Amino acid sequence: MSRVLRLGYIPLVDAAAAIVATEFGFADEEGIKLELVRANSWSMLRDQLDFGQVEAAHMLSVMPVARALGLGSGDQPIEALMVLSLNGQIFGLSSKLPPLPFGDPARVGQALGELGRPLRIGVPFPFSMQAELLAYWLDRVGGGIRVDIRTVPPPRMAKALLADEIDGFCVGEPWGSHAVEQAGARLVLPGSAIWSQAPEKVLAVRKGWAEARPDMAGKLMRALWRASRWVGDASNRTTLAEVLSRPGYLDVSPDLIDRALSQRLLIAPEGPEIPIRQFQTFHTGLANFPWRSQAAWIGARLAQRNGLDVGTAMQQARDLFRSDLYRQHIGPTGAPLPRCSDKVEGALAASETVAAVHGALILDRNQFFDGQVFDPEQLAS
Amino acid sequence: MDSPLAIIVVEPDRDRALAIVDAIRLAGEHRVSVLADPAGLARRVAEIRPDLVLIDISNPSRDSLEELALASGSRDRAVAMFVDQSDSGLTRAAIEAGISAYVVDGLRPERIRPVLDAAIARFHMVSRIRTELAATKAALEERKVIDRAKGLVMRAKGLGEEQAYSLLRKAAMDQGKRLSEVAQAIVMAHEVLK
Repeated sequence: MSRVLRLGYIPLVDAAAAIVATEFGFADEEGIKLELVRANSWSMLRDQLDFGQVEAAHMLSVMPVARALGLGSGDQPIEALMVLSLNGQIFGLSSKLPPLPFGDPARVGQALGELGRPLRIGVPFPFSMQAELLAYWLDRVGGGIRVDIRTVPPPRMAKALLADEIDGFCVGEPWGSHAVEQAGARLVLPGSAIWSQAPEKVLAVRKGWAEARPDMAGKLMRALWRASRWVGDASNRTTLAEVLSRPGYLDVSPDLIDRALSQRLLIAPEGPEIPIRQFQTFHTGLANFPWRSQAAWIGARLAQRNGLDVGTAMQQARDLFRSDLYRQHIGPTGAPLPRCSDKVEGALAASETVAAVHGALILDRNQFFDGQVFDPEQLAS
Repeated sequence: MDSPLAIIVVEPDRDRALAIVDAIRLAGEHRVSVLADPAGLARRVAEIRPDLVLIDISNPSRDSLEELALASGSRDRAVAMFVDQSDSGLTRAAIEAGISAYVVDGLRPERIRPVLDAAIARFHMVSRIRTELAATKAALEERKVIDRAKGLVMRAKGLGEEQAYSLLRKAAMDQGKRLSEVAQAIVMAHEVLK
């Protein structure tokens, strides 16, 4: 049987694990050949997965859930085998708007309200963590901010700002920093300031594929898990930026990529450079584990925003994040496994050591900006 | 007799757009408009309110059409990617040809089929011509590099054209490389060393 696996991806910093798995031998070690297929849009990537042109895809965490709830095009179920990254989203505004204080969701929200006019905000896809975090923040910050969400391909954000099609954006790196360079945009708020542990990209496959090809699924997951560990190791940062910057991958300068990797963003062309806590997480704090509670949060939010039943949506969503397969395939590597596949989201003010199946593991700070706590069990009962 | 369909073709390349429009016209009397500039695509589509949108699968602006899938106001009609339930082969064929079709809610599959069939055939033809053109161009480029390398070898070693060419070919065979790769290396080395 063929050992070749085609993995679709979108050129973003958070495609790092997929790129590293092929470039640095993690796929070879598992005896598989990973063929990376770059897509120009999330729709294209989704179609390629639906119609079997790729076996797996680097995908927005919200997409499999939206699909299960009947939102958007297509109806073939998609599920997530593991999480590839947390956060990494950045909200920025056109230089035509007055400068705002950086990093404080409440103050930024208040300032936007005082502008007294609707804002056109570009996001990469209607079903994305960018759109969800924006909606969550704006719902709760008050101030009656009116926002008109537009879908803009990430590499086009800078152009859309210059053409006055949008007033701001929420996008994954390097495209926020790219907009700073190309369009003089000002970065205002990282996604991690809204929710410090928001699942951003997942490894997505067609439902049933992982069961039909358990050997391949396991090899793919382990290769990506080890690649994620390599990506998360700060000492590999310079090499990683160089590799991602190649024309075949992201095709932007390594300097632009390094901003996200160093978690220090230049927030305007003239500076300053600001360090951002938990800007983007690839591996630490059990980042790759597909928590059922993460899926439930996405399901609940989508349901609230689209007038669906929240309890049903949460249940449908939970089943899509396959923590069972993670345990089955990643567990044997000796990776720490949590005792439970749900956690209370938003409940950790600092990183904390908790008991694992064997030994202990560390969970990172997990906070929503408004201090809200999302407990799927409480909501479901 | 069914009323004509309003169809939008999103295609920045003028020749390609015309080829597709021609193909659709052959499939029936439809009103076809071409959008060359993908900026603000969702808004334009919402304004024009077509029955069918045809767009290259690799067009980055496709994602903005997904916005319309969410349209829920009474005036809005939901737009979704066309997936033919009765014959999943049609959508597959479209995607393999590199075309994606978005339909407005309620349009019957049998009305779309002839249009899509025609567009698929034309997409295949256009992309074949493109591939052939690209191949011809690449071959020409290779030819140029090989000629330059040959010239450099002739001058450097005082050889005739035939001999220089044989030398290049032998070097390529010995190293298990393509002739054009060896030629490229010689040209590049010359640039660096001169």
